[in-house]
Amino acid sequence: MADMSKETARGKRKGSRKKYRMLYIMVIPGILYFILFKYVPLLGNVIAFQDYNIFKGIFHSAWVGLKNFKILFEYGDFLPILKNTIVINLYDLLFGFTAPLILALVINDISNAWFRKGVQQIVYLPHFLSWTILGGIVITQLLSPSQGLVNLALKGMGMEPIYFMTEASMARAIVVLAGIWKDMGWGTVVYLAAMTAISPSLYESASLDGAGKFKQLIYITLPGIVPVIITLFLLRIGHFLDFGFERIWVFQNASNVSVLEIFDTYIYKAGLQQGRYSYTTAVGLFKSVVGFLLLYGGNMLSRKTTGESLY
Amino acid sequence: MKIKVNPARKAYIYISTVLLILLSLAMLLPLLKVVAESFSGKTYIEQNKVLFWPRGFNVEAYRRVFENPNIFVALKNSVVITVAGTLIDLFMTALMAYPLSRPEFKHKKPILMMVTLTMIFTSPMIPSYLVIKGLGLDNTIWAIILPGMISGYNFFIMRSFFAGIPGELIDAARIDGCGEFRVLWQIVIPLSKAVMATMTLFYGVSHWNALQQPLIYLRDPKKHTLQIKLYQILMEDNIPMVDVGQVELAPATVKMATIVIATVPILIVYPFLQKHFAAGATLGSVKE
Repeated sequence: MADMSKETARGKRKGSRKKYRMLYIMVIPGILYFILFKYVPLLGNVIAFQDYNIFKGIFHSAWVGLKNFKILFEYGDFLPILKNTIVINLYDLLFGFTAPLILALVINDISNAWFRKGVQQIVYLPHFLSWTILGGIVITQLLSPSQGLVNLALKGMGMEPIYFMTEASMARAIVVLAGIWKDMGWGTVVYLAAMTAISPSLYESASLDGAGKFKQLIYITLPGIVPVIITLFLLRIGHFLDFGFERIWVFQNASNVSVLEIFDTYIYKAGLQQGRYSYTTAVGLFKSVVGFLLLYGGNMLSRKTTGESLY
Repeated sequence: MKIKVNPARKAYIYISTVLLILLSLAMLLPLLKVVAESFSGKTYIEQNKVLFWPRGFNVEAYRRVFENPNIFVALKNSVVITVAGTLIDLFMTALMAYPLSRPEFKHKKPILMMVTLTMIFTSPMIPSYLVIKGLGLDNTIWAIILPGMISGYNFFIMRSFFAGIPGELIDAARIDGCGEFRVLWQIVIPLSKAVMATMTLFYGVSHWNALQQPLIYLRDPKKHTLQIKLYQILMEDNIPMVDVGQVELAPATVKMATIVIATVPILIVYPFLQKHFAAGATLGSVKE
């Protein structure tokens, strides 16, 4: 045993850069991938300052300064879209972010191992279904005026069925609730893992001191997972304006598009379907800059107030 | 010592158990209704008599779906993209994660930083499209597969798992004359079954479920994936009815059968992989 460790120690000392050259060669494809598919498009954001013409390309298109951003703020489309994106995100942050946390606290408290496992397996499942399937199920099986379960329940209580999908006032609530249905279970995974890392001796001494389960939750469990909550919250804030194209796309229709049009769906329609490349790149750039500022501000605020931060 | 159970605690346990059961039902019942409708007869559906159990049982809808050349091609395209895409993703991610998990690799910080930044700044839609188009990948399956080969999140999960493999084991293999590729293939990957299973699930599901990228890049109807067909069938009510057979079908039955076909692959892999993924998924959240 001693011989072996001496052997490997010698091996390590002798091994210079040259000995492990292969390790350095192995990362090259990955680095090229990140440069080509992630960093080149990020640099491609410069077309937001051009009047990009697909035939002239990025090097020969005319520079127009901030013209596209001026159009953005003066154009009637932009403000409603900004408002929709912010409102939907606020709802999602308020309900979609807290739902997994509450569910995790409840699941963590289950003492029956069999029941706990069963609940976890069921609530994780919707996360793995696509938005198309989920949207289809929500629209046809839950909200359909004739056979949706929600409307069947309403009829059972003697009420009139509601035409959810043509009711623009319902659209945002539907999108947010559908997201909770899909990801609330999956969101508990990280919290539950953080809770198992809390030392059981803390709970033992607390209960010896006469603290009930509720006090243990407030004074031990929650403080124990605060770093995880803050990390997840900051990451969520950093993507505040990136709501996700697919989640909105499957619920959009002619009667609710006015309240459901967000940046991602607008960029797809105006950019890819109508070919307004420079203008929609400016919209996208605006979105990322705001996202970064929120992340940066949130991180600073959190470091000052709680001592926790992402970087 | 007699343990005194607080009545408030007892009430809480009852209420939370009931709520958890209701929540589980809210997630299961709609899926059950999908399956029930996909096997039901037209008259029962039209009279809203189908709830969670098929009535007027028949498999006509499935026959129609599989006989429809458009849906069949879409199914084939989705299988090809998912299988090829997942294998390529796993290979590329492991190839990058292994060297960066070893202490022998010096100056890994800038590379890790480069990956982290892409997780904060997601690549913009229009410039990405122009890059893919410029590379001549537009309207090919490579436009779907290549831009997502390494997910930063999955890369960090895999790397932290590989980092837990003892260096002695790897050095011993090297002394026996193994090159780094063989170390990765014969030592590291076999010891990382849990994380490889998790990654297979994550990458596989994301390829199978993708809608946005295929919508952008695969505009040719022959290249459509199952999710695009599903979107057309469900949301645009564009239901392909090849022939009017002997059995009359409700449009809803065809819709539900297509949903079931698109969900079954996920339901098949889910139980095999779920014992690994919770462990694998939490590794990524460990802050470094």
